Amino acid sequence: MSTATTEESTASDPHAETLAALESALGEGVFTTSRFRHNVRIFIPPARLHQLLGVLKSQCGFDWLIEVGGTDYQGYPGRTGTRFEVHYVLRSTATGRFLVVKTGVDDPDPTIPSVVPMWPGANWMEREVFDMFGIRFDGHPDLRRILMPEGFAAFPLRKDYPLRGRGERHNFPRLTRRDT
Amino acid sequence: MAVGRDPRAVPQQPMAGGGASLTLQPAETLEVPENTMVTTIDSVVNYLRKYSLWPMPFATACCGIELMAVGASRFDIARFGAEVMRFTPRQCDLLIVAGRVAMKMMPVLQRIWQQMPEPKWCISMGACASTGGVFDTYAVVQGIDRFIPVDAYIPGCPPRPEQILRSLMDMQAKIQKGGTVVGTSGLPELLEREKYIAEKRMAPIGHAIASERGDEDRFGYRLPGGPAPLSAEESR
Repeated sequence: MSTATTEESTASDPHAETLAALESALGEGVFTTSRFRHNVRIFIPPARLHQLLGVLKSQCGFDWLIEVGGTDYQGYPGRTGTRFEVHYVLRSTATGRFLVVKTGVDDPDPTIPSVVPMWPGANWMEREVFDMFGIRFDGHPDLRRILMPEGFAAFPLRKDYPLRGRGERHNFPRLTRRDT
Repeated sequence: MAVGRDPRAVPQQPMAGGGASLTLQPAETLEVPENTMVTTIDSVVNYLRKYSLWPMPFATACCGIELMAVGASRFDIARFGAEVMRFTPRQCDLLIVAGRVAMKMMPVLQRIWQQMPEPKWCISMGACASTGGVFDTYAVVQGIDRFIPVDAYIPGCPPRPEQILRSLMDMQAKIQKGGTVVGTSGLPELLEREKYIAEKRMAPIGHAIASERGDEDRFGYRLPGGPAPLSAEESR
């Protein structure tokens, strides 16, 4: 996780204004950034996530939540941060710019605040992250599984979950011709 | 089959002295009226059944596209009397499972199978429905024949429409050969097959499939989180 590259001049950096606004709203050193070409990624601890997203939405024009996704970094080479990461891809409908906000959580019982009150469209995306990774979203109105069946016990996209599962796909009654 | 009015029969000569007397002789063969066949009720019923199959398409993947092609004019499943695709299981007697079946879909498939009236048959179409295909993951059922009875399997990914027609003809041969008026319990291949599957299920843990499949590391790639331990259920 590299910190911000400050060499670029603010004139050529389209995100300079946003980052300055964030820094004045949240304070120095609360978040870190990294860049890849035109992408800016902002890393923020879960405790300040709501505040940061609120500033981005209300003051910086990033009013459209495009995507919520999760990642499990268990066993990732060179990884020193938290095990899970949840990312939010924002877009400004006025300028068309993208911004990625990432927050990290760790075992056991990873929990981060929900952004459904801010973007109702996050409802199903957070349910998917919960379904696949077991990350709980505090304040979500209806945190149920969305892809896997209700009775499913595990979180299949975690790295410690075997690819073939733990026999869930075989636990069905067997119908024969004599039964039906 | 016996046909009436044997031409070899010698006409009766009237007795000497004239008159209208008639002699009766017992016939050597059974006299059957003209244009008549003798067969069994089962055979007739099976004949009618095999030329009026009503398929229930359970299409979940690309196999369904080929199934649609079979229904269309170029391949024309109507030539085999099976063009009446109904989308309710209550009106169907041939379930065609086309595509992979996820574990969320398996209870649905079983419900559909149970809703179909007897007599009924099932075709497992394509590699995924038959074996899980390339989708050997936690969510995909590894062959529907583990959970519902299957009469015919079609290989291919997806199969050509001709293969589906071939399988339909095989089904017709099977229906003609077995089955009774009251059901399909008499199909000899089915009984053999179900006995074989029952034997497989009784095999000790890790004996049958696990030894063949539990070696994913042989190609040199490692699974995240290590190789999967095969449970008692999975190894069968």
